[in-house]
Amino acid sequence: MNFDKELDARGLNCPLPILRTKKSLAELGSGQVLKIVATDPGSVKDFQAFAKQTGNELMSSAEGSGEFIFFMKKK
Amino acid sequence: MSKKLAIIATKGTLDWAYPPLILASTAAALDYEVQIFCTFYGLQLLRKDVSGLKVSPLGNPGMPMKMPFGPKWFKSINWNIPNAIQAIVPGYESLATALMKQTIANCGVATIESLRSICIESDVKFLGCQMTVDLFGFGPSDFIDGIDYVGASTFFEFAGESDICLYI
Repeated sequence: MNFDKELDARGLNCPLPILRTKKSLAELGSGQVLKIVATDPGSVKDFQAFAKQTGNELMSSAEGSGEFIFFMKKK
Repeated sequence: MSKKLAIIATKGTLDWAYPPLILASTAAALDYEVQIFCTFYGLQLLRKDVSGLKVSPLGNPGMPMKMPFGPKWFKSINWNIPNAIQAIVPGYESLATALMKQTIANCGVATIESLRSICIESDVKFLGCQMTVDLFGFGPSDFIDGIDYVGASTFFEFAGESDICLYI
């Protein structure tokens, strides 16, 4: 998937992945896509909740070898 | 209009500094408007230097005491040290705090300093309880800039309209 910016949130624990995502999204324009790589297992549900509450679209959420990869489109 | 979160922070230890700052920063990321009313020991959250915050396992049976280093079997030991011993060993609290800080770093948990900075950057408003500032002999120079020193009624102005109000 194409993306405009990548955020490495590996090794960060709650709530840092969400806080860094918020900050990174602020640097993007509407419709641009942020890729986030995290290792916090709680982040899967947290990113869904973040998307639901902020209106940014969680385009995909995938897991592989202990990492979670999210693509989020800024509203 | 954005939702509002009002927090009353009353604790001044390293462990209890986390909940208000985690909830406030996360709520701000979710576009909440947030105010934290710091009163009694919660004023410690406003200190210019928060590196002196400590955690005490003394009289705290809920706190596991595990080592943040060494092989896995060693790290999994829960050191059940009697209160009487914790109380008489000089520097026990400082040792426990140092170990806790190492554990925090190992787990990728943010420091209090950085969580507070994120709160400030994301426009979380900190209020200092004027009465307890006086009570503990603090002055504005002990605290970070940008704090409003107010009483309970000012806090209620915001809290009364909040969607969530937490006492921590």
